[in-house]
Amino acid sequence: MGELAAFIVLALVTLVPAVVVVTSSNIVRAALALVPTFLGVTGLYILLQAEFVAGIQVLIYAGAITVLILFVIMLTEGGTGVRVRQAHEQQPLGLLAAAVLAGLLLWVLGTTAWPRPDGALPQYTARHIGTTFLTSAVLVFEVTSLVLLVSLVGAIIIAKRER
Amino acid sequence: MQVGLGHYLVVSVLLFCLGLYAVLSRRNAVAILMGIELMLNATNINLVAFNKYAAPAAVSGQVFALVVITLAACEAGVGLALVMAAYRNLETVHVDQINLLKW
Repeated sequence: MGELAAFIVLALVTLVPAVVVVTSSNIVRAALALVPTFLGVTGLYILLQAEFVAGIQVLIYAGAITVLILFVIMLTEGGTGVRVRQAHEQQPLGLLAAAVLAGLLLWVLGTTAWPRPDGALPQYTARHIGTTFLTSAVLVFEVTSLVLLVSLVGAIIIAKRER
Repeated sequence: MQVGLGHYLVVSVLLFCLGLYAVLSRRNAVAILMGIELMLNATNINLVAFNKYAAPAAVSGQVFALVVITLAACEAGVGLALVMAAYRNLETVHVDQINLLKW
């Protein structure tokens, strides 16, 4: 019962600011509304017993990515751009596409039989994640670090002012 | 009533479709990137939820989610750098005005 209440609260904390993110005409307000969305997702991770993923989510999404987005808004909009029209002319079509996809996916979810959980998660998942990253998923780990390096260099080169 | 896999999947579907709507309807390239972040978060909820409810013995769903978070950070960095470059050259971040290649 308490789990269900916590889930409902966290789902609302996730989804209500997400609506603000996609509909607000003030781009800074939309970017700031990302923070409660990411923190709500963090709560869902904790509810799913994924503490390590939750911590990383707070550090990277709520911390780094939001600040990066706010920086770019401040550097590009010439202030906040409140008076600028934010919606594209294809907004009704976009709404239709998103609503159709949501209806389709919810229908599929309603008609599918999902597996019952067999067994339980390990008590501390962080140790198992580390072991997996350094044994069976070591190739994924190394390739991810390579992608990080390449995107770091690429972002610097793209954003650098040519002279 | 227990919280099951279906509950998390419903939240994930709604979050994904909100992100899709932002990508399809926003003019500002930064807002489009915010929509992409919402969609990536929705997939991460899916991965972690399936990890708990379908294969709890292995932590591969959480490992996958961590890789997705890393790649999302890369994508945000490169994407925002591209927005900066476009703004420097074209003086706009609105995607309906960036139409140099449109015939």
